[in-house]
Amino acid sequence: MAFNRFVSHKAAVVSVFVMAILVIFVALSPFTARYGVNEAVQAPPNYFLTPRANAWLGTDDIGRDLYSRLIYGVRVSLVIGLFSAVISVVLGCLIGAVAGFRGGRFDDVVMRVTDLFLAFPFLVTLLVMRNVLGSIEWLRPIIGDLSSVRFIIVLFAVFGWMGVARIVRGQVLALKEREFIEAARAVGASRWYIVRRHLLPNSIGPIMVALTFSVVSAIISEATLAFFGYGPQAGDGATSLGILVGAAKSAVNPGFWWLAVFPCLTLVVIALSINFIGDALRDATDPRLQRDS
Amino acid sequence: MKEKVLEVRDLRVTFNTPLGPLAAVRGVDLDVYGGEMVAVVGESGSGKSVSFLAAMGLLPRTATVEGSVVLQGEQLVGAAPKKLRSVRGRLMSMIFQDPLSALNPVHKIGAQISEMLRAHQSMSEKAALARAVDLLEIVGIPQPGDRAQQYPHEFSGGMRQRVVIAMAIANSPKLLIADEPTTALDVTVQAQILEVIQRVQAQFGTAVVLITHDLGVVARVCERVNVMYAGRVVERANIMDVFDQPTHPYTRGLLASLPQTGVERLVPINGFPPNMLKPPSGCAFRPRCTHATDACGASLPELQPVGDSMSACIRAREVMAKA
Amino acid sequence: MLRYVLRRLAWAVPTLLFITFLVYIALRTGTDPVASYKRVNARATPAKIQQYIDANGLDPNYVRGYFRWLGNFLTFDWPRSIKGSREVWPALKDALANTIRLGIAASAVGIVVGLMLGVFAALRPGGRRDVAVNTAAFVGISVPPYVSAILFQLLFAVYWSRWFGSTLFPTAGVYPPGHTGFDLALMAKHMVLPTFVVAIQIIAVYSRYMRSSLLDVLSSEYMRTARSKGISERRVLFKHGLRNALIPVVTIAALDVGAIVGGLIITENIFSYPGMGMYFLTAFGDGDFPLLMPWMVIIVFSTLMFNLLADISYAWLDPRIRLE
Repeated sequence: MAFNRFVSHKAAVVSVFVMAILVIFVALSPFTARYGVNEAVQAPPNYFLTPRANAWLGTDDIGRDLYSRLIYGVRVSLVIGLFSAVISVVLGCLIGAVAGFRGGRFDDVVMRVTDLFLAFPFLVTLLVMRNVLGSIEWLRPIIGDLSSVRFIIVLFAVFGWMGVARIVRGQVLALKEREFIEAARAVGASRWYIVRRHLLPNSIGPIMVALTFSVVSAIISEATLAFFGYGPQAGDGATSLGILVGAAKSAVNPGFWWLAVFPCLTLVVIALSINFIGDALRDATDPRLQRDS
Repeated sequence: MKEKVLEVRDLRVTFNTPLGPLAAVRGVDLDVYGGEMVAVVGESGSGKSVSFLAAMGLLPRTATVEGSVVLQGEQLVGAAPKKLRSVRGRLMSMIFQDPLSALNPVHKIGAQISEMLRAHQSMSEKAALARAVDLLEIVGIPQPGDRAQQYPHEFSGGMRQRVVIAMAIANSPKLLIADEPTTALDVTVQAQILEVIQRVQAQFGTAVVLITHDLGVVARVCERVNVMYAGRVVERANIMDVFDQPTHPYTRGLLASLPQTGVERLVPINGFPPNMLKPPSGCAFRPRCTHATDACGASLPELQPVGDSMSACIRAREVMAKA
Repeated sequence: MLRYVLRRLAWAVPTLLFITFLVYIALRTGTDPVASYKRVNARATPAKIQQYIDANGLDPNYVRGYFRWLGNFLTFDWPRSIKGSREVWPALKDALANTIRLGIAASAVGIVVGLMLGVFAALRPGGRRDVAVNTAAFVGISVPPYVSAILFQLLFAVYWSRWFGSTLFPTAGVYPPGHTGFDLALMAKHMVLPTFVVAIQIIAVYSRYMRSSLLDVLSSEYMRTARSKGISERRVLFKHGLRNALIPVVTIAALDVGAIVGGLIITENIFSYPGMGMYFLTAFGDGDFPLLMPWMVIIVFSTLMFNLLADISYAWLDPRIRLE
């Protein structure tokens, strides 16, 4: 039923295919990329070459193939997006469900904390907390160094859960008063059982939607950080989509359009696709439309 | 003979749905005379509300309306929007089931009634508000002057419905259509509202069409009854005849399923209402009728006189004889 | 209502103190102000360093340090930037003014156009207009501002000048380098591209809000009642439909406008627009504590005030809401 509704959103179906192709392409990167991530296309002069036979999307400032780097970059960004989104959603579900269900002090605290962080411009919170997290000595072995991929995933997860928690909390609050919850309680079900067996499964829709939007948010945030030079800097020329997009800025004035257009286009396609999927998911799981005739 | 206020002939309403055309109203004939209270009874899906929404021109664009609806000599089907707007609220008005959602939550009560007045009469704001307060008094709202400055959510259900009635009769319309006005209210309040409607009717000489699924409500206040099923009128009779000598098996079924003192078991009507996307051929009640014959499925039965009533059952006389 | 406002304002003071305290802690741990100072002023004497520490309230004890900072801040005894001892307020004031200008311009355009498009789409849901507006809004939301900014820069600055010889819209700064004084026309010309980029996002978001809100309202029973009164369709739409549909939208707009002061960082950076965003990025990159704290205070203050404004406007517009 919900699947049918999802499938009726043509843009979303196309997006699923696009993302699937992208993911496969990227997963098979040793085969699909033409050069190594740090490998020059040819002997100098090899920098800022326009798209051509041996460099499909042109080269960057030190002669590396943009096409290959794009593949590797997207892989890194997708990994960051996926992992941080999953962690955010798991954390957010737990905290949100408990906050909504139990209410009281815990709920108040959670709401205040999320309000506080949401009061600041997102980028500001991101940058400041990045520094704060990075300067806590005893965390470093666990979450890695400031410029590592692991750190970024943790950073996004630490902020991502708030949005998800609010959504789940809202769902739980709405469901809490429904009769089937009262019935479950009347039969003596424990609170944890109710959360696990009734509340969470009924919130799958919004949770899935939150998941997709978390992924997009993480990918775009990674690009934003990289834009300002605060992104993941795994050495050896390793790159991310964010870094490539960030480099676009300085490629504009001299007119090296391929360095700007292709990374930006990739980012937009990914963002659009995931957004379409998320939107279709939201429509497909909208309880108001779930009337079996 | 009293003057005829509303004449409906062969009214048909079809909705264009994603699943295909849905014939909600399939040829309704109806008359309403001046000052009388007529009931239109039927279950959900019978087309009773849709018929009158169509008459008012309040259906969405997906609906196609055909046939004839003549109000005081003016044809309403296919009329220009401007003409319809001048009729609505002035010659003909409608009140709906849920008074809370029927009133705009952000406007004061007095202002909402004034709006009705000033839409069709040239009055100053002050005069309109004063008249609104009068109307509130007529429908029995205490301290009308103060209450006119309040918002809908500050009223109880019964009070709100009174406000809605006040708004509807503001311009002394010739016809008031009350679409399930008591369904959303407590039983005790229901009686009050019906009483208000009767009072208003007497004072302004308004004809009232009472749409409901509740025969008990009908018995209190109506003079004539139209019973609708699956988009058509299947019985038309005076109030006493309908209860004493129903001429259509559906009406019989409705009466039999009413809780009554002394009756131990309720007798429901078997089966389900028909799917209006694919209505059955011939008489739509056939699948659920204990008196059905093959002839019943041949063609859509028309209303025929049976005694003082009109019945759309081709076996009406036999049905009545068996009772 | 008045009591509520006064109570909120009274609460705002301790809230402000608490939040600025948290910010103080975060900035101290995150940017290491003393190390930054030493880095920028490599030849500073220990006396100067101590002076810096005192002026900024950077005591080893965070609480005492915070109150010292607070004391200086409230008496307008603001310490100067670590770079060249520049005064904070003039730079901050200019940055604030620039961002407010850009923000107001973009918000005004964005919200008005967005609302109109939303109404446009909602009047015929599912129709061609609706699909067009929805898709456009969707694309607008999915394209991050810096992508559109970069693409616009590419188009208008680089290629336009290549094709037409001169730049149509400047892509950097508020005035051309070296310009002094106030020139409205020149400023406006510089603001066109950044305003456009920001406005696109706003239009996308608000058209969706409005469409959604109006669709909800249009399917309400009171719309049918309004029509049954025989009033003009225009009156039905404006006095009944929009009047209700605007309620949630206005509330959100109040919050968004409050967030504008800190919300244009990326766009400002791309267009080298000297607003609050650029101010923050430079200060943060340098670890310039004396520049950062006042900036944060403005942000927090703006957020709190506009939150209050949003709540008040919601209650004012919707009589069902009772502010306790």
